[in-house]
Amino acid sequence: MSIEIADHVRDIPRSGIRDFFEIVQTMDDVISLGIGEPDFATPWHIREAAIYALERGRTGYTSNLGLPRLRRSISDYVRKKFDVRYEPLSEVLVSVGVSESIDLALRALLNPGDEVLYHEPCYVSYAPSITLARGVARPIETRAEDGFRLTAPALEKAVSPRTRVLMMNFPTNPTGATMTPAELEEIAAVCIRHNLVVMTDEIYSELTFDEGHHTSIASLPGMKERTVFLHGVSKAFAMTGWRIGFACAPVELIEAMMKIHQYAILCAPIMGQDATIEALERGDESVAKMRSEYQMRRNFITRALNDMGLDCPKPKGSFYVFPKISSTGLTSREFSMRLLNEEKVAVVPGTAFGPSGEGHVRCSFATGLDQIKVAMERMAAFVSRVSSTKP
Amino acid sequence: MEKRFLHFPRLPSGGGDFILDSLMDAIIDLLQQNALMPRADMARLLDMELEEVESAIAKLEAEGIVLGYQAIINREKYDTDKVTAIIEVKITPERDGGFDRIASRIAKFEEVQSCYLVSGGYDLLIVIEAANLRNAAAFVAEKLSTIEAVQATATHFRLKTYKENGAFHLFESVTERLSVSP
Repeated sequence: MSIEIADHVRDIPRSGIRDFFEIVQTMDDVISLGIGEPDFATPWHIREAAIYALERGRTGYTSNLGLPRLRRSISDYVRKKFDVRYEPLSEVLVSVGVSESIDLALRALLNPGDEVLYHEPCYVSYAPSITLARGVARPIETRAEDGFRLTAPALEKAVSPRTRVLMMNFPTNPTGATMTPAELEEIAAVCIRHNLVVMTDEIYSELTFDEGHHTSIASLPGMKERTVFLHGVSKAFAMTGWRIGFACAPVELIEAMMKIHQYAILCAPIMGQDATIEALERGDESVAKMRSEYQMRRNFITRALNDMGLDCPKPKGSFYVFPKISSTGLTSREFSMRLLNEEKVAVVPGTAFGPSGEGHVRCSFATGLDQIKVAMERMAAFVSRVSSTKP
Repeated sequence: MEKRFLHFPRLPSGGGDFILDSLMDAIIDLLQQNALMPRADMARLLDMELEEVESAIAKLEAEGIVLGYQAIINREKYDTDKVTAIIEVKITPERDGGFDRIASRIAKFEEVQSCYLVSGGYDLLIVIEAANLRNAAAFVAEKLSTIEAVQATATHFRLKTYKENGAFHLFESVTERLSVSP
């Protein structure tokens, strides 16, 4: 017998990154700038705290919402770093990575046919998560000329009577885009006017460079009550494998998300939760050290890319650069495939993050400097070869 | 945040005439991690000009902030007879000059790699290197202990090194990352 898959699942296209990953897997000696996770191991004090928790036999279930102690840490951390106050016991939910929180929030909010706006190029899971929650995904194209920021006019234009939610991710994977407080205020005004719920994924917020200050849209007047603030420890604390994220939102929404979470997941693993307490309460110095390392690599890779003739603005956040490669006459996919085959350097085609990523590739600088250096040398050779043979 | 500036000689290339303190800190960090890092790489990492980095390092050397550059040798693999010992030394301070004169007298011995004045149950902590055990013992018995101000010594021989100057001798396993991830 052939098993029939539900229409809305079957119709989700394969991830462009997945495709690319499978090709890279078959090759040896590839230097990958395609990795969306820190190259650092979790700082030792955090790992050590987790080991200690295991030694004490902390291996059971936790409250569905997460350990109360962790929720207090989260509440303190978010108040200190983002200037928003959440009631630890009722407005915070600990999930398996931010991805789970995104899924929970969408499922809790959407009725079939409700529209969700998000700026594109963006993280690969947004559109499929919306579809799986029976919503309609409506991308808003952002442009290199605007630094891939979301602008109020573009948002205004995209809003329809069915629009329920705006999803945001600044600093942005894959473009490294960031928003100023004034720009966020304009976005907030549109959201209030059209009564939109904002889901803001701020997973890269600690990785804001040049001593810049990250502002959360949740901290703006009138926004906390309509915002789902999403964050986690994967990126800034180098804790991807622990799978801990969290959502902060008004009580009624957290309650609804918890209903789904308790039946689907029950709770996030306690080991990760214990480690996260240590990370949030005593991890500032480790984060600062990694941020400074990323900032130096960003300087290095941006200059190298511009020197080889690719237009690449210096991102103010995240650990990605998103150089423009259209000057080579190749599409994103051609560029990435040929670079991989001819020079064994993996970058991700911009189109993996939506059609508006065409003409760009994503290079991650969450890779050691020695690797970045060789990758840049190979890429420069490739670009000069391609450009000289351009018709 | 308030920015502090170090005075810095005007560059022949016509570059800036001072360098941010935070950049000096960053250069020192990079030198401590890997003194051999090409200066052109440092310039790219810190978004500076090559000449600026070179003259900043020259300044650090001239001012005695950077005292030298050394290799970290793995003694399990090279010159395995060589002995390292950490010696606690209790001394009688002098009326004039306290510990300084006697400490510098001890520090001048070739065997002494490091010499610190420390708080606690003894006064000086010294690290010595000797070609073999016999030479190390001779240093303690004949040179160190015979100094009049030295009241007592306790010698600890190195058996195995796990970490030295920030470098691990037993490496952590490299985590396997997916080669492409979102």
